[in-house]
Amino acid sequence: MFDNFPLWPERASKMAANVDALYIFLLIVSAMMTTLIYVAIVYFAARYRQRKGEHAEQIEGSTPLELTWSIIPLGVFMVMFLWGAVVYFQGRTPPRDATEVYVVAKQWMWKLEHAEGQREINELHVPVGSDIKLIMTSQDVIHSFYVPAFRMKQDVLPGRYTVAWFHPTKAGTYHLFCAEYCGTQHSGMIGSIVVMESAQYQAWMSGSQGGPLSASGEKIFAELGCATCHRLDSQGRGPALQGIFGRPVQLEDGRIITVDENYIRESILDPGSKVVKGFKPVMPTFQGLVSEEQLNALVAYIKSLSPPAAAGTKTASTSAPASAPVQGSQVQ
Amino acid sequence: MATPTAPAVERENYLNKHYGVESWLLTTDHKRISLLYLLSVTFFFFIGGIFALLIRLELLTPQGDLVQADTYNKLFTQHGMVMVFFFLIPVVPAVLGNFLVPIMIGAKDLAFPRINLLSWYLYIIGGMLMLHCMLTGGVDTGWTFYTPFSTAFTNTKIIEAGLAAFVAGFSSILTGLNFIVTIHRMRAPGMTWSRLPLFIWAHYATSLIQILGTPVIAITIVLVASERVFHLGIFDPKLGGDPLLFQHLFWFYSHPAVYIMILPSMGVISEIIACFSRKRIFGYNFVALSSIAIAVLGFLVWAHHMFVAGISVYAALIFSFLTYFVGVPSAIKVFNWTATLYKGSIRYDAPMLYAFGFLGLFTIGGLTGLFLACLGINVHVTDTYFVVAHFHYIMVGGVLMGYLGGIHFWWPKISGRMYPESWARLSALVVFIGFNLTFFPQFILGYVGMPRRYYQYPPEFQILNVLSTAGSTVLGLGYLMPMVYLLWSMRYGKPAPQNPWNAAGLEWMTQSPPTTFNFDQEPVVTWEAYNYEEIDHAQKEEVPVAG
Repeated sequence: MFDNFPLWPERASKMAANVDALYIFLLIVSAMMTTLIYVAIVYFAARYRQRKGEHAEQIEGSTPLELTWSIIPLGVFMVMFLWGAVVYFQGRTPPRDATEVYVVAKQWMWKLEHAEGQREINELHVPVGSDIKLIMTSQDVIHSFYVPAFRMKQDVLPGRYTVAWFHPTKAGTYHLFCAEYCGTQHSGMIGSIVVMESAQYQAWMSGSQGGPLSASGEKIFAELGCATCHRLDSQGRGPALQGIFGRPVQLEDGRIITVDENYIRESILDPGSKVVKGFKPVMPTFQGLVSEEQLNALVAYIKSLSPPAAAGTKTASTSAPASAPVQGSQVQ
Repeated sequence: MATPTAPAVERENYLNKHYGVESWLLTTDHKRISLLYLLSVTFFFFIGGIFALLIRLELLTPQGDLVQADTYNKLFTQHGMVMVFFFLIPVVPAVLGNFLVPIMIGAKDLAFPRINLLSWYLYIIGGMLMLHCMLTGGVDTGWTFYTPFSTAFTNTKIIEAGLAAFVAGFSSILTGLNFIVTIHRMRAPGMTWSRLPLFIWAHYATSLIQILGTPVIAITIVLVASERVFHLGIFDPKLGGDPLLFQHLFWFYSHPAVYIMILPSMGVISEIIACFSRKRIFGYNFVALSSIAIAVLGFLVWAHHMFVAGISVYAALIFSFLTYFVGVPSAIKVFNWTATLYKGSIRYDAPMLYAFGFLGLFTIGGLTGLFLACLGINVHVTDTYFVVAHFHYIMVGGVLMGYLGGIHFWWPKISGRMYPESWARLSALVVFIGFNLTFFPQFILGYVGMPRRYYQYPPEFQILNVLSTAGSTVLGLGYLMPMVYLLWSMRYGKPAPQNPWNAAGLEWMTQSPPTTFNFDQEPVVTWEAYNYEEIDHAQKEEVPVAG
């Protein structure tokens, strides 16, 4: 699987090719700059070595020259910045219809849960050629989900969701590293991403049991009595949740925010912080009552109440760009 | 200007005026305090170096075998803390700056000699706390102390390590304060701002960062301690805090801190290149102002350490954009140093070889900074060995090359003795080669995907790690050599003349070593900085003093 002495990481995602192209551009520019400076230094040092009877020629400096070697590099830097920004933006913007996988990191393992219900530890099976969106949180300290072959990395924080995505292009098994130091076994927090051909993936999928994540979310929703206030048929003491995901809502203080994974999460754990206009802050907190996995299931369930066609946007998390307000009227 | 021969009997100077332990521990002479710092930073460099060597030895093999995982984590944490807070930050300002800032501007001492001594004691108290912390269990968070790991999870000695950095921070603030006041108020008549050596400009810029940035890390340490001890919810989301807030506060200081480390070395390089090219620095104004520009812009780029930490895309765009601007003044410096060589009259004495080494390593360190500033690449290489290689090129390649160049350049002035030139040239070469062997493979290692702070690693990374470890032994040897022959020279070296390099600058117009108050009478400056033309013209008849 791995060569003994790699000088270049495997290229196994759409993003990898983009990042490599950018990297090669920077390598070329840097090699040129290094050569220019080294050659100048070596040449001057040899050519103007102290000799008897020769004196240095005093040169005060030159403003045009200073401007030249400030402005030209700055221009090149701006190309790097823009190109880098474009690649970064792609890497931070998951496609709308990406398959979702929930990730819970803890010292020192990765727990991964497919929307269809499969659960894995330190291993993630995905089909080649699909968009995979990771909705990640940590149970304890900060970790970082890093797959070198995909050129993809995203810190995983406790207390919130961060989002990442990738599009594998090549079947194979790739390293999943934790890249943010997280304690004793940080370097043992290694997993693998298994990218499979579609047919194999289907076979793997059918081999596992358990219903979809949203179904377990529905069960938890019922068990915790959420439906007493968040009613399906009529307006309860809390907002109705159908069709709410991905839509803007107005809060008590007049702000308008888009309902995303982080907002649902926050509303379960800290319900008083962002109350929808027209409702009273009567909901109790569920902090400590639900595990990260149960939270994920609840989020998946509430999302399932808003079919993709109805949902306006797709983004979650702080790391995705705040989408432009959905055109049309707002809820509430 | 220069004394014709070294006198047979040593003249009175700052070293032989008083004897005894008390005359050192209670001294207010900036030159003696500089030597106190020289001893203490060398001690901490040695400790940090041993940690580094153990780290490299552990990484020889993919599996963890030399030490335990926890021990390894403590090794890299303490390597980072000792090197950053107790070596790199004080090394050039507190040793060379302390010695030279007053002399270069024609002053008798720093503005606050007692505060200067206090700052050394604070450094020592901080250092002792750090030593005690390491000897009684140590700390394992990485020098970055990321929360909530540091506040709620690790059971190692966070508070004590934090206190050590806190106290040492005040030492740094006081040094900066002292320099700023001294440079403003105590310049000799005629020493205008535009005649200041670039070493002084660099230290002025550094001091600004020290007094503006360091209090922020002090506050951050207090907040971490409060959360750890009193469970105040500041950074831990379980207590209602925000872990990213910590990272913002930490990097608001710790990114500018990189410029605290590198700017003084840049000042050293300007002095050396001018002297051994026999030329005024090309574009003096641009080099001087670029130091200030770095100090100011350095405060606006901290979140480039956080591109994958969970900040918004738009914040990342702004910080990437601003980061490219801080690259410009650094580039200006490198171009001007190179241009200074043009039509110079260049000598290859040991300090100049170190300066060449600095240019070589800083160029690579600076250019790889562009990779990290580039958002698309940063995602892949951040928190990998690419970052480790990059900051070692700047902080060790740059800072240490500058420091060693400076120590060699001013050693005759500091000690009154000449060191063996051929050994010194050899050590410059060994350090340069050893450095590249150690750290260049780490760029490749990083792009291939090896994360940093890994105690064990997949076997395909081994060859590059072996290369790096092999290089580190060469590098270690290169660093040991100056320790030996400089010590040797203090006893056996030839007495140094007043101005062995025919260098410009007030420090070369007083005896070696200087008297306690530096000058017999207050100098009056009537010339521009780096007046090498006049010096060489005046000394045409004399045989140049070979090193």
